[in-house]
Amino acid sequence: MTSLANLAVRTVALAKTYPGPDGGVRAVRGIDLAVRPGEFFGLLGPNGAGKSTTIGMLTTLVVPTSGRAEVCGLDVVRQPVEVKRRIGMVSQNNTADTDLTVFENLEFRGRYFGLSRPAARRRATELLAGFGLTERRAAKPFELSGGQAKRLMICRALVHQPDVLFLDEPTAGLDPQTRVNLWDLLRGLQAAGQTILLTTHYMEEAEEMCDRVAVIDHGTVLASGTVPELKDSAGADTVITVTFDGAAPAGVAALRARPGVSKVEIADSQVRVFAREPRGLLGELVASGVSAGVGVSDAAQLPPSLETAFLTLTGREYRE
Amino acid sequence: MSTSLPAAGAAGVAPAARPRPTTAHTFAAMMAREVRVMRRDFLAIFIRVILQPLLFVFVFAYVLPKIGAAGGGVFPASAHGPTFSTILVPGLVASAIIMQGMMAVIFPLMMELSWQRSITDRALAPLPIPLLAVQKIAAAGLQALIGGLLVFPAALLIHAEGAAPSVHVSNWPLFILVLVASSLLAASGGLLLGTLIDPQKIQVLFALVLLPMTMLGCVYYPWAALHSIRWLQIAVLANPLVYASEGLRATLTPQLPHMPAAAFLGVLIGGTALLCWLATRTFTARVLT
Repeated sequence: MTSLANLAVRTVALAKTYPGPDGGVRAVRGIDLAVRPGEFFGLLGPNGAGKSTTIGMLTTLVVPTSGRAEVCGLDVVRQPVEVKRRIGMVSQNNTADTDLTVFENLEFRGRYFGLSRPAARRRATELLAGFGLTERRAAKPFELSGGQAKRLMICRALVHQPDVLFLDEPTAGLDPQTRVNLWDLLRGLQAAGQTILLTTHYMEEAEEMCDRVAVIDHGTVLASGTVPELKDSAGADTVITVTFDGAAPAGVAALRARPGVSKVEIADSQVRVFAREPRGLLGELVASGVSAGVGVSDAAQLPPSLETAFLTLTGREYRE
Repeated sequence: MSTSLPAAGAAGVAPAARPRPTTAHTFAAMMAREVRVMRRDFLAIFIRVILQPLLFVFVFAYVLPKIGAAGGGVFPASAHGPTFSTILVPGLVASAIIMQGMMAVIFPLMMELSWQRSITDRALAPLPIPLLAVQKIAAAGLQALIGGLLVFPAALLIHAEGAAPSVHVSNWPLFILVLVASSLLAASGGLLLGTLIDPQKIQVLFALVLLPMTMLGCVYYPWAALHSIRWLQIAVLANPLVYASEGLRATLTPQLPHMPAAAFLGVLIGGTALLCWLATRTFTARVLT
């Protein structure tokens, strides 16, 4: 890592343990991240992996147990107010101010961040127009649809022109069309030079949007890099999943010895084969079931993708 | 659902020079937000606190004297003693201040700290979290002060003939100090309770804390009058409302027996400082994880 001071986000051995019985919950166990200015960075991981805690620490509202985190070279623990001036945060929930209208949410946001009243009102008007919310300006935040609320949250995070925009699961719970539109919007922001760090558990979202990705699980970074790099480094196997009607035939375990097969996971009736060289394997798996007198109820072959890289890294389906 | 998002829209929002807010500017902007909300929801915010004293003064200073109950020995007033309405004015104002101050902070806090955590909206503003707590106290204190002032006209004007309260401000600076300190005390106490108590138990708070506080807060009788029930006179000293009532009694109706200024000022100011300090700590602990 060169010129650390110029990084938009940097963490070193960042860790968070929530107090509780049995030593508490170790949500984040030493994460190192480096996000460059202008980059679109994804924190990818299953639910409970530590993504939200990490973003919470970067946005100063979760206090790290150990390690360091800097945003624009500012320490999140020692200089929280300076950090808050430079970041925008879109949280998972609709955290808009429910006592204020949509317009006022943006107006007062601007004023909290030092804009004069007229300047804040101009900025609010501008953002509402830019994000297609002008018609909802007088609505209360809880009257908005999911997609509108998310756009309001993004507007609010952008009012003060943050150096880094954080989004925690921005598309969770949105319908597919709204999600794709939101992607377009975020791409537009990045094209305008905005540094973005988002968390997601949607592989395709990370693959579609992010310059670089860090896959995290159980509070540690399993791999990081560009999406193509990740696919390579993680083995980027083709993943073949076959579900039998009964217990998986004993013979499939022998595939472990086959050249080009990196891993075979067997769980009751389901077999998952990770292979660099997948040709013929699906047929063999089905045939082995037929010869053992067990039918096949489902079969799927996933070509190398971030998802298969992720599965290779974590070795299991991600948890919803 | 409207799903048409202009992709270029975001990029099309022109960058402006980024301002550098001072802490004072951010604090003031948050107070401006409170004033905006207060102005718009004036009736809804204040009705719950105004209505009770209004009805109380109507029944006790108008209806009862009219129907002769006051002369029947229930409230020995008239010729030589003070009228009951005279006793009520400082008490009802103090009670309104304390109740409004506590509710003004507890009700919004219940929403803000619930699972949606809309407190995040303010917590991400460029202000240290303890100062955000102080801002909440200042805002609720302002509401408390307004609530108290709103009770004045009702308490002064609603009464039967011959049952007018005898009220005059003997010492304006002391009067204003008592009003402000009582308001801030209530707001600090509200923030402390609101950050300590589980939102689901808020009904219990009202039943077990606020109602006894009002009934035993020397609202309807001067503290000195409790001398015949000595244990109660000592027990009620734990109630902050007593000091607000007595403070206003000392400055509005000095002809009536009241606590010495050192006693009520000591508790009002010292208590505010203590509760404010505690509440900023509990609030910070609730907002930061």
